[in-house]
Amino acid sequence: MPLNVAVIGSGNIGTDLMFKIFRAPELEMIALVGIDPQSDGLARARKHGVATIDNGIEGLVARRDLMEKIEVVFDATSAKAHLHNAPILEREGKFAIDLTPAAIGPYIVPPVNLTEHLDKNVMNVNMVTCGGQATIPIVYAISRVQPVEYAEIVATIASKSAGPGTRANIDEFTETTARGIEVVGKAKRGKAIIILNPAEPPLIMRDTVHAIVENPDREKITASVKQMVADVQEYVPGYKLKSDPLFDGDRVSVFLEVTGAAHYLPAYAGNLDIMTAAAVRVAREVARRRGVAVPVGAGR
Amino acid sequence: MTMGKYVRITDTSLRDGSHAIRHQFTVDQVTRAVKALDEAGVPMIEVTHGDGLAGSSINYGFSATNELELIEAACATAKRAKIAVLLLPGIGTIHDIKEAQKRGAKACRIATHCTEADISAQHIAATKELGMEAITFLMMSHMIEPKELLAQAKLMESYGADVVYVVDSAGAQTMDMVKARVTALREGLDPKTHVGFHAHNNLGLGVANAVVAVECGADNIDGSVRGLGAGAGNAATEAIVAVFNKMGIETGIDLYAVADLAEEFVGKELGLTPIVNRSSLIIGYAGVYSSFLLHAERAAKQFGVPAHKVLEEVGRRKAVGGQEDLVLQVAAELAAQGAGDGKAQEPALAGAAK
Repeated sequence: MPLNVAVIGSGNIGTDLMFKIFRAPELEMIALVGIDPQSDGLARARKHGVATIDNGIEGLVARRDLMEKIEVVFDATSAKAHLHNAPILEREGKFAIDLTPAAIGPYIVPPVNLTEHLDKNVMNVNMVTCGGQATIPIVYAISRVQPVEYAEIVATIASKSAGPGTRANIDEFTETTARGIEVVGKAKRGKAIIILNPAEPPLIMRDTVHAIVENPDREKITASVKQMVADVQEYVPGYKLKSDPLFDGDRVSVFLEVTGAAHYLPAYAGNLDIMTAAAVRVAREVARRRGVAVPVGAGR
Repeated sequence: MTMGKYVRITDTSLRDGSHAIRHQFTVDQVTRAVKALDEAGVPMIEVTHGDGLAGSSINYGFSATNELELIEAACATAKRAKIAVLLLPGIGTIHDIKEAQKRGAKACRIATHCTEADISAQHIAATKELGMEAITFLMMSHMIEPKELLAQAKLMESYGADVVYVVDSAGAQTMDMVKARVTALREGLDPKTHVGFHAHNNLGLGVANAVVAVECGADNIDGSVRGLGAGAGNAATEAIVAVFNKMGIETGIDLYAVADLAEEFVGKELGLTPIVNRSSLIIGYAGVYSSFLLHAERAAKQFGVPAHKVLEEVGRRKAVGGQEDLVLQVAAELAAQGAGDGKAQEPALAGAAK
């Protein structure tokens, strides 16, 4: 029996999540919840035989037949909406994977701390930000070798891949990412910068990680970063190192590029892809812990 | 048509000029410069890290002195002038605007890439709520057509902007380009919204473009003493004042006082005069963000590749403001491809080698 899941939010992120859930053998897509009956996401869900709700979480909760089955709910709405949804999901006993910047629950960046909070009685986890998912693994790859005094990331994304939610509250991105760099990446101090680039054709997501490390051990840091890139590639195949880490005194710089899997979103939107891929990775781990048998050789 | 018109000059030597000295301004320097600018009658003085509030970073260069200390010193010194700060959404946050306001800043200049005005709504609203003047910047405005620029300007106006600037961040605009853009904004925006222009001198057109902007209806113009700023610098404040004096445009600024400051402070004390050299010219010609200049020169030295080649390639990859990290990556890539000639690069600032 696969783990039954629902997705709230029928926009780009929610729809891409749905397509990734279809590909995960441990997960069964039960319902897609939106607020716009005309949305492309809901239309696609219907086409794939997935139950659709077009009046938000209240509509989902009213469908007791679905609620009985659902164990995990992804929230791909907005920070404000998640603040409304979270207590309802908690009351209903659903495990929430929050892709908004609300960050009620602890952060999860799969290759760093996938299981850290799943052993505890935590029922709500947060996926930080797209820039966080792309860069925090690298900050951690450096900090597990030597203490990182300071880490700074620069995420450059295609303008077309920044939705209205991100645009209306860009401070949430910089602040949440900076905290994630510290809490999960283990840098003593973190800073995040986001740049939107409108070039056509749209640019693939680029990320730069700069870290300050006293007398960096070049070989060990390079090896650790490469191992981490391989770990991320297990669930985001388009995650690439542009060159070996650059060392300049106490400064380490790592350049990355993230090409999306183009399940629903276009390939340039690696920033959105890495979020949905990381969230699905968490759900698969929850499934494993709840005893869902994974067919041999299935999924990646 | 411009005779007797008043134009508000904002001096950005202590913000855009921060790029030229790699963000090393001290409290003493800022205090003395603000005192001189204030006494000269400059009505608005911008003081911030070159890349705006919270710009102090590995990517853009660390400030020698916390910018909030510099802002506080500037606000304590200025008797008449308003102190403005710069903020780029995505780098700084509303928290940083509040900190600047606490130290006395009276205006916040909020800058986005020319197509991304909608990321500035919350910062403009917060600035107004703090009782500050909200001035907005459409950076790299050479990259889009006047009609598209106006649509973005209207967004900023709708969020509460008091002034919308056409910003020639790459110093890439000819006079016709400035004319088309400033005219589009002046004719398309509410008459109560002011229009500004911020020049870079990479093609040697800084002051001329400022004049064209005023002729097309701009009433806010940026300058910096001796042009101290990114790339080949800005339009020199003292030259703007001299030209405007001759044209009968009022600025309320004492020409000789700002000329003294340019000579003594920037020329002699800092030993800097931004010039149009090969690298800064290529910045203007290729339409690259002016502050990439020193980053390209540093990376050029580190990797033994020509700075202007790095800048050209960065332009080819359609970089926008803030992508200093791409400069470093491109230099490393060019070096790996064997583009290096091993020759040291000439500095774009006369005297910068000191």
